[in-house]
Amino acid sequence: MHEMSLCQSILEIIENQACTLGFHKVIAVRLEIGKFASVELAALRFGFSAASKGSMAEGARLDIIETPGQAWCLDCRKSVVLQQRLAPCPVCGGDLLRVSGGMELQVKELEVV
Amino acid sequence: MCITCGCDDAKPRINGGELLNGRQFDAVHLPAHFHHHDKPSATRNLRIERDILDSNKKYAAENRRRLLLHNILALNLVSSPGSGKTQLLTRSIEDLRHEVAIAVIEGDQQTSNDAERIRATGVAAVQINTGKGCHLDAHMVGHAMDRLVLAADSILFIENVGNLVCPAAFDLGEAHKVVILSVTEGEDKPLKYPDMFQAADLMLLNKIDLLPYVDFNMSICINNAKRVNPDIEVLPVSATRGHGLTDWYRWLAACRSQKQRLGEQYVSSLAGQD
Repeated sequence: MHEMSLCQSILEIIENQACTLGFHKVIAVRLEIGKFASVELAALRFGFSAASKGSMAEGARLDIIETPGQAWCLDCRKSVVLQQRLAPCPVCGGDLLRVSGGMELQVKELEVV
Repeated sequence: MCITCGCDDAKPRINGGELLNGRQFDAVHLPAHFHHHDKPSATRNLRIERDILDSNKKYAAENRRRLLLHNILALNLVSSPGSGKTQLLTRSIEDLRHEVAIAVIEGDQQTSNDAERIRATGVAAVQINTGKGCHLDAHMVGHAMDRLVLAADSILFIENVGNLVCPAAFDLGEAHKVVILSVTEGEDKPLKYPDMFQAADLMLLNKIDLLPYVDFNMSICINNAKRVNPDIEVLPVSATRGHGLTDWYRWLAACRSQKQRLGEQYVSSLAGQD
């Protein structure tokens, strides 16, 4: 959702970091996107390539690390990895799960010149 | 901003006026030609670790600070269009306004219809029109707060754009998100829109006076909400008939006293810094 808006925010982060850290060209952007962050990765890639035209990030590679969905199971009292948002607990089959991870949306690293 | 092509031709407006184009909180303007000084041409990796939504989070934190300073309980009301949010709000204001000061921020793509309905109750309301935007963000809400007299120990209701998807991701500086679902919408709504029901601390199940006329199973709906968010509280209400509103007002009162304690701690911590 809002992939274009997210790309604009990524480019603003890049602009700010370029000023502070002193670089003029971005080769790659490493993103951490959680499994439950509701981001369509293909749309994000398309949006980034469109939004970055004419900027120092034009042509930059997007390396995306998808972090797993995690939840705390209130039945078996364990932290578990969930493959899908509404999946039951993989340990006990319970369905009282408090989501604890997988919502990340972060610029982790930039490879720059 | 248009999410299809990123164009910005429909800027948000407050009370019909223009809003400054939202810039990143600590934006630094990059000159058109950035001259570097003899940098090596080898690539280097820079650790950034910055949230993509960092800008909104900073605005939200500033809103939260302002609200805490004046001990104001801010609630972000979210729902799909037609759930009865505005009706619930006007009814709550009519019942509570002699006990507690209330202000409202309204969010819609267009019109000031909802703000006018609120103002008719005698309470101040600021209308944000998002244009092509589909949710309120913390920058818009901060500007709207500037237009209100924020009374100490009051309640600020923020009625978000009717949308069960996008507002979930945008912190406005509120104490709680309250999701309003009506019994005419289907008991599987929490499963279809899990992000919103996960983000909310309270679900108001509205229009319960219509239960005899709709095929809606309240237990299944509540179970679905708890599957998505085991910690969510649920209060069945009817904004038009008044059912369940006492419990809703009791929930508000409990939140206010909790806020009071947090506000006092915050103010003491500021005094301690002098």
